[in-house]
Amino acid sequence: MMTVQQKLEILADAAKYDASCASSGAKRAGNGKGIGHSDGEGICHSYTPDGRCVSLLKILLTNFCTYDCVFCVNRVSSDIRRARFSPDEVVNLTLDFYKRNYIEGLFLSSGIIQSPDYTMEQLIAVAKTLRTVHHFGGYIHLKTIPGCDERLVREAGTWADRLSANIELPTQQDLVQLAPEKKAVVIEHTMEQIHVGKLEADEERKRTSLAPQFAPAGQSTQMVVGATASTDREIIGRASHLYGTYNLKRIYYTGFSPYQNADARLPLQASPRMREHRLYQADWLMRYYGFKAEEITTETDPALSLTEDPKTVWARTHPEFFPIDVNAAPKESLLRVPGIGYKNVERIVNIRRYHRLSLEDLRKLHVRLKSVSEFIIAADHLPSPTLVNSADTLKVAAPAAMQQLEMFAGFSALTGAV
Amino acid sequence: MHRVALPPDFQAWREAARDALRQGYLPEQIDLQDDSLERPMVLALEADEAPGGPPVERPHVPKAFLEAAQNAAVHRDPNRWNLLYRLLSRLQAERNLLHVGVDTDVAELRRLTDQVRRDVHKMHAFVRFRKVDAPDETGNPTEHYIAWYRPDHRIVPLVAPFFAERFAVMHWTILTPDASVRWTPEQRQLEFGPGVGREQGPREDDVEDLWRSYYASIFNPARLNPEAMRNEMPIRYWGNLPEVDLLPQLLQRAEGRVESMVLQQKGKTTAAPFVPAEHELTILRRAMPSCEGCELYKHATQVVPGVGAEGAHLMLVGEQPGDKEDVEGLPFVGPAGGVLRKALGELRIDPAEVFMTNAVKHFKFVQRGKLRLHQNPRMGEINACRPWLRAELDAVKPRVVLCLGASASKSLLGGTFALMTSRGKVHESPYAERVIATVHPSAVLRARDQAGHEQLYNFLKDDLAMAYELSRHPA
Repeated sequence: MMTVQQKLEILADAAKYDASCASSGAKRAGNGKGIGHSDGEGICHSYTPDGRCVSLLKILLTNFCTYDCVFCVNRVSSDIRRARFSPDEVVNLTLDFYKRNYIEGLFLSSGIIQSPDYTMEQLIAVAKTLRTVHHFGGYIHLKTIPGCDERLVREAGTWADRLSANIELPTQQDLVQLAPEKKAVVIEHTMEQIHVGKLEADEERKRTSLAPQFAPAGQSTQMVVGATASTDREIIGRASHLYGTYNLKRIYYTGFSPYQNADARLPLQASPRMREHRLYQADWLMRYYGFKAEEITTETDPALSLTEDPKTVWARTHPEFFPIDVNAAPKESLLRVPGIGYKNVERIVNIRRYHRLSLEDLRKLHVRLKSVSEFIIAADHLPSPTLVNSADTLKVAAPAAMQQLEMFAGFSALTGAV
Repeated sequence: MHRVALPPDFQAWREAARDALRQGYLPEQIDLQDDSLERPMVLALEADEAPGGPPVERPHVPKAFLEAAQNAAVHRDPNRWNLLYRLLSRLQAERNLLHVGVDTDVAELRRLTDQVRRDVHKMHAFVRFRKVDAPDETGNPTEHYIAWYRPDHRIVPLVAPFFAERFAVMHWTILTPDASVRWTPEQRQLEFGPGVGREQGPREDDVEDLWRSYYASIFNPARLNPEAMRNEMPIRYWGNLPEVDLLPQLLQRAEGRVESMVLQQKGKTTAAPFVPAEHELTILRRAMPSCEGCELYKHATQVVPGVGAEGAHLMLVGEQPGDKEDVEGLPFVGPAGGVLRKALGELRIDPAEVFMTNAVKHFKFVQRGKLRLHQNPRMGEINACRPWLRAELDAVKPRVVLCLGASASKSLLGGTFALMTSRGKVHESPYAERVIATVHPSAVLRARDQAGHEQLYNFLKDDLAMAYELSRHPA
């Protein structure tokens, strides 16, 4: 018989490949009957040596799984130690950790046992016990098992702050190769059910505030990148489709990393962290900076540069757009200047109503003068016309593109040849 | 210079500032300082200056300023009171001053409030309660949660409401060097008290071991980034966090963990590096004895390659060599091989016409006295050995592959393949065009009764007949 501690080691270890640990986006006032509240901001209670935030107790209910997804450490054919928590064990761990202020709440996922419906019912049981028996007001994120009954999605949404169904890989082609039991249409169908569930609940709550909430922090998803040869352009396009269609709060990109006894079809090396970082930058350009997916890369160079951020690359390849006058240009144009973040755009627009901004003022706002000076006009500054030079761009872009290709040297993720 | 000593409290500054404005003191004429600060005698003896500006009876104080000033007031920067007075004084003429974020004073105010906000946020995050079982006032045993913490600034009154809302039903106390605060759920009221030293904090809590286990398991050793960790969780907080005790050993072990993962994936659990590029049976047979693709080679007598003609149309794949096969170096020569040969004989199939091999090429067993008891290979071993099977498939190029038993089926048809529901059907596999699965002849031997024996034997024979029939013609 395994102790709770041994199970925790196995089932936390199995959950560590899920990148999401956010606890933000849902406000829940203290209810006076149980512990827990959230102010909507999310708190990181610790940080692990991989630099990641520890906000939630992130575990699997079980790592037994009937699926055989090649990229997943928990697949049925993987030689790993297996364990299964009882719902009560998870409930008690969550409460014990929460009372000591270690966590903001629970992020519960699971391997597929028996069927998607059965698995989903188990996850729901944990959340329901926390909410109804213990009046727990902390954050709950439940993984939604693609293909489970719509009734279960609806129930999960009434207890959870956030639901997520993982898209897993960028394209249907990738899924066929590496996750034979998973289908993009089934996953998207589940996303659609969450989306509709939330829309209806929000509509209902406009009429009466007594109507039950449905996943107030919305839904998110995760995509493993670097396990297949899909290009950044395909990934960004896919992300744009998912944001647009299902109103996702966030997409997590997680660079593939090696694990024990991985299938030989997978890369031996972790996908460079920089690629993941660039994808997040591209993602933010779409969500906060008004960029369209197809603007961020080109058909001929579908990879994001590993050496330069995507906003700088775009600026260098669009010299006709610049310079931008920080004291006059519309907000949408300011957002495209590399080195000025969206928060600083807000500040600049606010300040310039009362005061003309100089380079020194921008420095005070912690704008990186070196990266912006060639793209902007300020009260005391005009850029020299020769600086925006597209020839430089080519020099920088070439080695970056090669680096991305090298990740696939020596094996082919598609054919399985080693 | 007009000097005023203040207790470190926003209300005290507010009154002093209102007085000074009313008297007409200009910002450069006044010096507001914490009364706790030791000040040189000379300065204290200096004479007071007469106010040099117009008196302000009803000061204009925007709400945003009041909020920011309250936060800045708890900052430990000794110059904050003068900064706030300077801003207040300027605001009387420059009504939009706070919008000009690049103004030196406004930027300084923002620096202070940002730091206080960050300190509050970190305290919400890094306070760690320890459970202490202590009787309450009436002598009933109660769980009391106590934490000791050292914030950068005097923020206890700012953070207390957060904990009161979150832990409304718990008895809790937070101790800091400046102040302490306590909550009793029955009274629903915060009680503030004096500060205490770390030694008065609680010692330990059993749950911390579970928390450490969680912390050690949840990070990914392939993606070390200690710099990012230190930026978000600066070392000055570490003394308060039980999980941080583990950091040195976690960092040290991480590299080794990744290396062993890669090694296992790279060399140890696959035969791939031992398989020659040229897939000819004689070459494969010669290379096979050197295989160390998994652990099984260590205990087996010898490797057992497949036998049969290079151009055979039908290939039979078993699980692994048994005791007798291991000794003789030939497949299907033990008791199960006898069952198979009987079925082949009854179907009038010449064993020389088919190619026979196994999914795993070494015998796996446990020693029990003199006996060597067969053990099923694990999926890791089946996967590790698959490169040999694929090389044999490539050399023989059979039209049909018949998998005998679950291990062979899993090797060619995937880990989730269910033998008894899918046997006797033609499947497509990434490794061969037509794959059929049937029971292993040893299952026939292990049947509990005669009826079971007959049924399983008929499955085997029927599937063998079908596979043989199919293999006589190209797909």
